[in-house]
Amino acid sequence: MEFISKIFALAVAAIFVQNFVLMRFLGLCPYIGVSKKLDSALGMGMAVIFVMTMASTFTWLIQTYLLIPLKIDFLQTIAFILTIASLVQLVEMIIQKTAPSLHKALGVYLPLITTNCAVLGVAILNINNKLSFIEAILNGLFAGVGFTLVLVLMAGIREKLDKAEIPKAMKGMPIAMIVAGCMALAFLGFSGLKI
Amino acid sequence: MEIILYSIATLGALGLIYGLGLAFASKKFHVEIDPKIEKINEILPGANCGACGHPGCFAYAEAIAAGKDEINKCAPGGEEVAKKIADIMGMKATSVERKIAVIHCQSGGNNNTFFRYEYQGIPTCKAAVLVAKGPNLCNYGCVFQNDCIEACSFDAIHLNENGMRIVDPDKCTACGACVKACPRDLIELVPISKQVHILCSSHDKGAEARKRCGNNTACIGCGLCVKKCPVDAIELKDGLAVINYEKCINCGLCATVCPTKAIVDPLAGKRKKAVIIEDKCIGCTLCAKKCPVDAISGEIKKAHKVDPDKCIGCEICYQVCPKKAIEMQ
Repeated sequence: MEFISKIFALAVAAIFVQNFVLMRFLGLCPYIGVSKKLDSALGMGMAVIFVMTMASTFTWLIQTYLLIPLKIDFLQTIAFILTIASLVQLVEMIIQKTAPSLHKALGVYLPLITTNCAVLGVAILNINNKLSFIEAILNGLFAGVGFTLVLVLMAGIREKLDKAEIPKAMKGMPIAMIVAGCMALAFLGFSGLKI
Repeated sequence: MEIILYSIATLGALGLIYGLGLAFASKKFHVEIDPKIEKINEILPGANCGACGHPGCFAYAEAIAAGKDEINKCAPGGEEVAKKIADIMGMKATSVERKIAVIHCQSGGNNNTFFRYEYQGIPTCKAAVLVAKGPNLCNYGCVFQNDCIEACSFDAIHLNENGMRIVDPDKCTACGACVKACPRDLIELVPISKQVHILCSSHDKGAEARKRCGNNTACIGCGLCVKKCPVDAIELKDGLAVINYEKCINCGLCATVCPTKAIVDPLAGKRKKAVIIEDKCIGCTLCAKKCPVDAISGEIKKAHKVDPDKCIGCEICYQVCPKKAIEMQ
């Protein structure tokens, strides 16, 4: 029971209270770049969930069984980035094979997950917060879910904004920035949650 | 020292494992890409200008390779690129036809415009059209403040002695700047070979349009040209006849029936007449069936004849003749 409540706390923290995009301000590039259409936002979210979960798994294993025993944990960043980059490549290949249209819609942002700070962020935070293996995997999953949630919300808002009457000077990016700020303010409300 | 060795060994091993993993994955998830796409993409200029209607050169290359698009749409690459793509695709290159700007109004000069008032405001068309529907009586016609000349960066639009804007076909590059500049949307980019134009943009009712046109050449929306057109290239849109230049064959029939001379045909009287070479003619009657003015007569399996008085030189028969028995003289 204690384990379940801990996982629940982890989930709420990763998805809402410490949301990667709106509270930690990580992964803003795809947040603004891929949030123009709902379906591509959803696809991107799924890709990020997959990459984050896999990255959490592999980086935790590498950190615990390779870097720490050999006392070379100063190589953390480069080893993690290497892992994430390979995973992203793998995801890109799989998406290109199984969903070419999604691959086209994601465009340049898919390879950009490689250098996405949110993915590296979750990997390093797992280690810094001294999470166990299972917790680290779940944290990666929840962080991805939080990212997807925000991305999909943003895409939904921006699709509506396209049809709304907005002053010409505010169309496109400026209004998206304002919306992002409003969403971050709204998510600030979650920081009062204590579990 | 140990740490350095460990570092090198660890990262090397990681890199190797990932590399092998990706190599395996790339075999497993290999996507066959049409080699033609690559080749065509290399030939295209890579400017990603979007003139072809695709988001980039690669998308255009894909469309060509899939046979979904023409090979001659690349404006920056022009004929040369079209030819090279034709080699790859095993097709005949049809070169991109140059377009020029056509101003669809014959009014707007010093002595062929009716005025509502004397305009003394800011000398641009955009400002002039805002003051009580513009200084000229026609609500659709040229307001002669010459924004188009201002917009043209190729010095291709000039004023003639009457103050009319004349497009220089040699200098015009069909960049579209004047099309955007004209607040009354009078200018259209038209393939240079199409020379028959409806030079009026008035959607007014017949009598009204006639009264307001200083040149007395308004389109009154009578629809005679629509009925006469042998290829259904003319359409009445809200009281104004508009030529679809993709269908137009330049025959000039519409100009002959237009009661107000709103349709201008610079080729009138200069067209060649069709002549049937009797030795080659097999009497298939195709030409007689296609002739829009019934200028061809003859019985089946006997040589046909063209009545030169009736022939309007539209070249339809010339194109349909399966035996190439028709010549334009």
